This record gives sequence, C-alpha cells and structure tokens, in this order.
Amino acid sequence: MIAAVDSHILIIVPCYNEQDTIESVVAGIYQTRDKHRLNLDVLVVNDCSTDRSVEAIRRTGCLYLNLPTNLGIGGAMHAGYKFAWRNGYDIAVQMDGDGQHPTHELPKLLQPLFDNQADVVIGSRFITREGFQSSATRRMGIAYFRWLNQFLIGQTIHDSTSGFRAFNRKTLALVERYYPDEYPEPEAIVQFGLNKLRMLEVPVVMSERQGGVSSINTSRAVYYMIKVTLGILFIFLRLRNRPVLTL
Amino acid sequence: MESLPITIQFISIVGALMFMIMIFRLIIKGHLREEYSVVWIVCTGFLLVFSFWRSGLEKISLLLGVYYPPSLIFLVGILAIIVFLVHLSVVISRQQNQIKNLTHELAYLRQELDQRQSVNLSKPEPTQPMTTVSPIPPSL
Repeated sequence: MIAAVDSHILIIVPCYNEQDTIESVVAGIYQTRDKHRLNLDVLVVNDCSTDRSVEAIRRTGCLYLNLPTNLGIGGAMHAGYKFAWRNGYDIAVQMDGDGQHPTHELPKLLQPLFDNQADVVIGSRFITREGFQSSATRRMGIAYFRWLNQFLIGQTIHDSTSGFRAFNRKTLALVERYYPDEYPEPEAIVQFGLNKLRMLEVPVVMSERQGGVSSINTSRAVYYMIKVTLGILFIFLRLRNRPVLTL
Repeated sequence: MESLPITIQFISIVGALMFMIMIFRLIIKGHLREEYSVVWIVCTGFLLVFSFWRSGLEKISLLLGVYYPPSLIFLVGILAIIVFLVHLSVVISRQQNQIKNLTHELAYLRQELDQRQSVNLSKPEPTQPMTTVSPIPPSL
C-alpha cells in the first residue's frame, strides 16, 4: 500500500496516566512499522503522569519526553511537534495513548502525505460511520464545530475533534511556532485553514478507549464548548489578516 | 468641609504612610518587582494627597457633578482595581507561556541527557549492538 518513500516519521503519543494501555499502543505501532517497513520512531510525551506510566514507557524502549509540569494535551502535543521539527522529521503523527486510535489505520493517514496530496491528514470516524461513534451529545458538539469551521474557513471537516492526525513538514513549521492549549484539535483546524494548508480526512474505524478516563467529562462539557468556541473565534480574528506562512 | 473630623484625617495619613513603607520594604527585600510597584506607589500618593487636602474630594466631586463624594471614591477605586486585575491576567498569561516553553526545553534536555547516558553505558562493550542510540543528532 505504501510507496517506498524514505520519509522519516515520528509518531507522537501523548500520555497522561495511561499505564495499562501505553505499552500495547507502542507495541502496535512497532508492528505496523515492521509490516510496512516504515522509517518510523515513536515519541511518548509523558505529561507528568501520576501513575506508573513512566516505567511502562521505559519498558517499551521508545523515545520519550518527561514533562516536568502538567501542560495538558495542547502543551504536550506542542512539545512533540517541536521535537519533530527540531530533529528533522518529515512527518509527525498524533496518536492517543489510550488505544482509541487503531495502529493498523496508520498507513491510511500516511499515504496522502507520501503522495503529497495533503499537508494535514485527519482520521475521521464520521465519513463511513463505522466503529465507535461516541455518544449522541458529543456528536452534537462535533456537528456544531463542523458548522463553525465551515462558516469561518469554508472547509468541511467532519471530525474536527479527532486527535488522530498526521502532519507534513510544512505543517510542522507552523505548529512548531504556535499550537493551541488545552483542547487544541478544533482550534488547530481553523489555524490550518487560515494558513491555506491542504486538509484531508480519511475514514478510520476507531475503538472505544481501552483504559484511562476521557479528559472531558459531563461537567466540563459546557466549559469545553465555550473555551473551544472562544479559541476558534479568537484564532480566526488573529490570523484573518496575517500573511500565509511560507516555508 | 469642616464636618470631616481631624481623627479620621490622622488615621488616613498614618494608614497611607504605613502602606507606602510596606511597599518600599517589599521592593527593598526583593519580594516585589519595581515594575509592579509603580501602580502601588501612585495609589499611595493619591491616598496621601487626599488625606492632607481635606476638601479636595468634595471639590472634585462637585466639578464632575457627583453629588455624593464618597461614591466617587468607590467608582475610581473599583475602576482601578479592574484595570489592575486585567493587567495581572496579562502577566499570568505571559508567564504561562514562558512556563510552557521552559517545560518543553527541560523535557528535551532530560531526553538528550538520557540518550547520552545510555550511549556512554553501551560504550565499554562494543560487541553489544547499540540499540539505545537514538537517530537524533546530539546537537539539538
């Protein structure tokens, strides 16, 4: 499936208290690497976990960053993207440490980047509507962000909260400088849209998380909606009149 | 403005002076940076001026069309507090950004250190494959 390209790939796995799943996730990535003969490294970003995640990460033998303070998913991913940029990786992929993102779908995300069809590839649950679809209220929230993104950047991203995404080096140059905090995914899409990056969604089948707790519980949902809406609006206003980044 | 008793004037002058001394002590000891102390020194200055110039508040209130002079104090005071709180939020936001960057750099240094240590450990036995060596160049 994958063309023989020598792209150097970094899989970034943000990890906050994922001691039960992180090893199998990394092992799964290595299996996919061997199967498709990818030039691939795994970087686990341990966001100051309070459980025994560190030991589990060390056992895997992959690259890892230990953040000395808890930065949240945005800050952790930013650390990973900066690392990828500085160390000259061609492609960086975000992949959750809780087993929601199946590793065998990885080639689907990478192929459009190898073929230079897109700058950002997002694994989407809602194109073929297979696999774990999240709860009804969450889907409503996602539909709202889809509408908001469509309204602001004129591009339809079906699954703007999906954290299963792959970036090429052009995108890395952008996120190395700025990546949103806290709940970064929908905001980053507006950032990419305004910087005229080519975004592509590929259908993936996601599973329900195998362990750990979602960072968004019911009481935080309202805060999430408000925070992300504000984030999207302000990043839109900030970048609207800026010249597009050229590499 | 003879209705204002001399005791309250005395109390406000002493209070303002003590406040100023406290601010200066904090700066001298290095607990308060000069850039944040400016606003407090200015505030104390205002307090002192109005402690000595007893009829000043009434005159300014009348000039601005405020019929109840103490409400002018509340208005100005609350506005000043709001502006200062916004300023503090800006400072906190900037520091949060700085902390994030420092956290990143610290994590990279730790990672590099770990890599170097594992390289050094595997050096004495050249027969062993150096599996722990990362493809990352040491010049990060």
